[in-house]
Parts: sequence; C-alpha cells; structure tokens
Amino acid sequence: MVMELINANPVVHEKKERRVRQAPDTIDENAAEPIDQLEIFDHIRDIKDPEHPYSLEQLNVVTEDSIELNDESNHVRVTFTPTVEHCSMATIIGLCIRVKLVRSLPPRYKVDIRVAPGSHATEAAVNKQLNDKERVAAALENPNLLGMVEECLSPTFD
Amino acid sequence: MDGGAAELREAHRLAGHADRVWALAWNPAPGPGAGPVLASCSGDKTVRIWKRAPDGAWHCSDVLEDTHNRTVRSCAWSPDGKLLATASFDATTAVWVYDGADFECVATLEGHENEVKGVSWSPSGALLATCSRDKMVWIWEVQPGNEYECLSVLPGHTQDVKMVQWHPFLDVLVSVSYDNSIRVWTGDGDDEWHCVQTLTEADNCGHSSTVWALSFNHKGDRMVTCSDDQTLKIWDTSADLSQPKTGEGHESWRHLSTLTGYHGRTIFSTHWSSEGIIASGAGDDAICLFTEEQSGMAEGPSYKLVLKKDKAHDMDINCVQWCPQDPRLLASASDDGTVKLWELRGSLLD
Repeated sequence: MVMELINANPVVHEKKERRVRQAPDTIDENAAEPIDQLEIFDHIRDIKDPEHPYSLEQLNVVTEDSIELNDESNHVRVTFTPTVEHCSMATIIGLCIRVKLVRSLPPRYKVDIRVAPGSHATEAAVNKQLNDKERVAAALENPNLLGMVEECLSPTFD
Repeated sequence: MDGGAAELREAHRLAGHADRVWALAWNPAPGPGAGPVLASCSGDKTVRIWKRAPDGAWHCSDVLEDTHNRTVRSCAWSPDGKLLATASFDATTAVWVYDGADFECVATLEGHENEVKGVSWSPSGALLATCSRDKMVWIWEVQPGNEYECLSVLPGHTQDVKMVQWHPFLDVLVSVSYDNSIRVWTGDGDDEWHCVQTLTEADNCGHSSTVWALSFNHKGDRMVTCSDDQTLKIWDTSADLSQPKTGEGHESWRHLSTLTGYHGRTIFSTHWSSEGIIASGAGDDAICLFTEEQSGMAEGPSYKLVLKKDKAHDMDINCVQWCPQDPRLLASASDDGTVKLWELRGSLLD
C-alpha cells in the first residue's frame, strides 16, 4: 500500500559529532550519578521519524538545546519541533520520546514533553494528550501504536 | 489523646503488583469480627485483596486475574461489602463475589466503546455507574441473578470521563473529565437520567485542566475535586439537586474555596475522611492533608494545610483512601508499584 507522506521532502541536517563525556572523578559507587543535558539528548537523538528513514536529530525535531533539565528536582522537559505545522505524527513522536526516556532514565525523573510553541496547529491538544499518563498508558496497550513506537525506537534502522 | 504535631507514619508497605497501582477501595462492610479489607488494582491487569491478620500484619489474600486483559483502572465495593466491581481499559466492567473461599467473576458489563476508567455503586447498591474514554457515563441497574441492565447512556462530556462517584446518600451522580468540567446527574424516578448542573472554569470558578477525582464529605454537603491544574476545589453541595426545581432556579452547587500552591504536579486523587480531613495525592510524590478552619466566618469556611508528606512514594501517587473502620488509617497507591498504609498521629489542632 502506498501512503501519501505528510511531509514528502523534509530538510535533512547533519548529525552532530558525538562528544565523549568525562568519566566522573568520584569513585563512590553509592553516589547518585548526575545526569546532564547531553546524556538525555543521547537517549533520544537516534529515534527514527515515523515516516522517514531519518533520525529526529537529522530532521531537527530535537536538539540538545530542546532539553531542559533540573537534576536536583529530577525534572526533565523535552520540547520538540514537528517538521510541518499540521503534522499528525506529532503525537507518535512525542510518545516515542516519552517511552525512550521512561526506559532510559531512573524512575525518580518526572518527564514533561511538549511541541515547540507555535510549531503545531493543535499545540495545546497535543501537549495535553502527551502529558496525560492515563492516555499514554492506554495508548501503549494498543498493539498497533506500540508497534509503531517500537519501530521508531529500534536501534538498527541506520 | 496523643498530643504533639500531626504526623503521618508509614505503618505498612504492601508489595506484590508488577506494575503501577492505579486505585484502591476499602471494603465498607468486611463482616462481623473481620478486620479491614483493601482492594488494589493495577497496570499488571490484576486486582489484589489485602487483609490484616490478628497479629496486625498485612498480607495479600487473593489475586483476581485472568479476567481483564488490560489495565484495571479502578475498583469499588458495593455498600454491603459483598460485591467488588472492577473497571478496565479492556472496555469491560467485571463484578466479583466472594464465596467465602475465592473471588468469582459473576458478571461482565459490556457496552463502552473503549477504556472504562471509573466505577461507583449508588448508596443503596441498586445502581452502578461507569465512565469511559468514549465520553459516556452509563447507569446500570442491579437485577436478581447477577444481571445488570443498562438504564441510561449519558452523553455530555466532550472528552474522556476520568471518574464517577455517587453522593453518599442521594441518587445523585458526579462525573469529572479531561474536558475540565464536573457534571452532576440525577434521575427523575422514571429511569430518565439527565445532567442537572455543569461546573466549569468560565461559569463556576472550576478547574482549568483535567479533573481527575472527587470525594464527598461525610454529610454530603461538601465535595472536593482535584485536577491537573494542581489545585483542589471545595464545593458547597447542600442544594438537593435530586429534587425537582422549585421555580426560582437558583438551587445549585457552588464553588467555596480553591486550595492552590500545595502540590507541584498533577493532583490525581483526593479523599475526605469521616473526621473531616481531606487527603490529596499527586504526581509530585507527596501526600497533603487539609482541614476546615473554624475562623473567618464572614467569608465562609476556609481550609488549611495541616501536613505535607514529601516523598511519600518513590513515584507519582495515583490514589489516597481513608479506611472507613479506622479514620486515622490512610492507604496510598503509586506508580512505584506499592500500596502504603499510613497512621495519622498527633493533634490536627495547633
């Protein structure tokens, strides 16, 4: 089946070079290891776009600067920019980012996900849905939706 | 009796669920000589029954499984304590009976198009209400032989309905929703049900985001609601909306007070104890307790924080419920997969 693409010709950007992070100086194994912006970016940069063979980083959907982190209060906020204003894939992308972070970060983290202000026609509705954990839980029990999310999170796409 | 500042002491930690615990229900009538009985339901698709042994220890006596094939979102005991209703994302509501040895599923209520999110028994036990992501509220009549007949399907909410709860002694039903509104429903005695009031932000100082839960006080003349807007709201519910309007048209429920600034994330649950203490549990992992302040008679009642328990759980708190047989015992359920039992100690008046 040939599906019409919502954004047939996306602008593709270069992947940024991976910085190597310094190993922490402390040897105290019990100390909680602080998490930084780059580490969170590393978790989500390779998520595949739902309709293109490119990563969210390559499509500029997420950048390192789109991640806000308050490590003391265990709060993370990711602001992503859908490639087109009426992108119906925005909810799937947001769901992918949430699932990846829930699987990667320690459970103490509170994660908020939103689309960049002004970047989407139904911004408030998308944001409300992405941050309602009951709706997210129900969506992830839907085999079709979960399949789409797993495909985007599959590490072997490139 | 015991002086000193109020303290919420963790007395028991009930582990067993393999996923987040969504909701709790204390059995209102566990039977003569029996101790308190608590039901908990979870994303692991099961319901667990917890009982207190004579030596004071708590244990899981039953696991209700293999009936729901998705998350069990909420549960409710019938007023006589004999039936347990469970609402699931699998679009069904199950009714269970305890036969003295096991819990048996005796009825499965089908009709909602998708996730059932809330279930509540009417005060007489003759009616059951359910609500769903399909935006509908259903009223079911309990019939002999474990039969349930749908009396009414109530449209009105424009988004999913998060919870339904009956008034403590009137056949008045309240529903709260993702559409930010609170709706009040009554029957006309002829099986015709309709919405008699809608409480919104624009018209009634209502909530500005999803309303997650509600609870009535013991007398039924006050209601508390909690929301994604991080506030709790107190409502005067003394007007009897179950009676036909007298003509003046001003008989309605009204906003009394907004409790703001106490929780830093979505408030998922609130429950009013028989002693008048309001508990709230939220996405900031904290539990707060509030009581009515006796001063300030000119402005009507006001409510003050008496205690905030930070880090009550390791993750979001989804439900708080006071034990009906022991009004100083509070149960809480969390995304961390545990249920905790808290003892409220000390004086709330200082």
